[in-house]
Amino acid sequence: MQLQVQFNMKQELYKYILGIADNSLILGQRLGELTGHGPTLETDIACTNISLDLFGQVRSYFQYAAKIAGDGRTEDNIAMLRKEREYVNVLLVEQPNTNFAYTMARQFLFDVYHLAFLSELEKSKDLTLSAIAKKCIKEVRYHERFSSDWIKRLGDGTEESKAKMQEAINDLWTYTDELFHQTEADKAMVSEGIGVDVTKLKDAYYKQVNEVLEIATLKIPESKYFQKGGKKGIHTEHLGYLLAELQYMQRTYPNMEW
Amino acid sequence: MSKNWPLWEIFVRSKNGLEHRHFGSLHAADAEMALVNARDVYTRRNEGVSIWVVESKNIIASNPEHNGEMFEPAQDKVYRHPTFYDLPDEVKHM
Repeated sequence: MQLQVQFNMKQELYKYILGIADNSLILGQRLGELTGHGPTLETDIACTNISLDLFGQVRSYFQYAAKIAGDGRTEDNIAMLRKEREYVNVLLVEQPNTNFAYTMARQFLFDVYHLAFLSELEKSKDLTLSAIAKKCIKEVRYHERFSSDWIKRLGDGTEESKAKMQEAINDLWTYTDELFHQTEADKAMVSEGIGVDVTKLKDAYYKQVNEVLEIATLKIPESKYFQKGGKKGIHTEHLGYLLAELQYMQRTYPNMEW
Repeated sequence: MSKNWPLWEIFVRSKNGLEHRHFGSLHAADAEMALVNARDVYTRRNEGVSIWVVESKNIIASNPEHNGEMFEPAQDKVYRHPTFYDLPDEVKHM
């Protein structure tokens, strides 16, 4: 009985870590697509830097997850050999780089959440997760500063940049509520003092996002209809294409290493 | 878009105690963006602990066409280097 409980907790912890790491993995991959395609040399490098930060974080999480699984799985297996339905990232991070306004809006809507999330994860009873959070938070503080800055610049910029940024915010808004949905793994880990109760981050999130939108002279979307499903593995059509690229090398040359 | 952004000169201090050195130049809409861009372009491999940015137009440079009168007269005046003096043995570390 005792063993069974321990086994279940390990399973939940494993799923919980994937829930955190998949967001960074998929967003990192999206940003990586901009390598060599950013609007200017400077923003191109900035986006790739953020992407590399996220991949670095992902490695820490998946190495830990592989250790917990303890069945020979490696960080690469976990990152690259799951099927689409087994990825549990939020829908927000898989949305495409439609234009620079979308890229920055997606980044901003995620960064504000990510920073608040890591500030709480720092306090986790799980010392590995707490240590990873402490390391990541400096990077994410910069990401949040960078993307907030671009929201303000483009929102309070020219007529065209404002229209594009407003469109991006309006379109991506529908994916924000999912950030605060609890999974079963979340609930189990919150009760253990390991996980973050994301429902408690919601009010502060919208307050902060709205403040930035106001400075950017953008309208706060009024839509109350929100998309969800990513955390359960039900994704938008965009994820499949992203995974095809992400997984290509591992599937073509199984077990390859850099 | 980038065509309209002004050019900035970037100076980076590699370590505390060293001077800021010119690292290169980049485009940015204003000083704050220049700092952020400089961070991303020039210090992502742990190259620095401090950054200065100066808009390129604020740097007054000598004209290469004037190099003749500016610098050549100094070339044949080796006696301006203090290498011709016999120093007494008591003077050390010169």
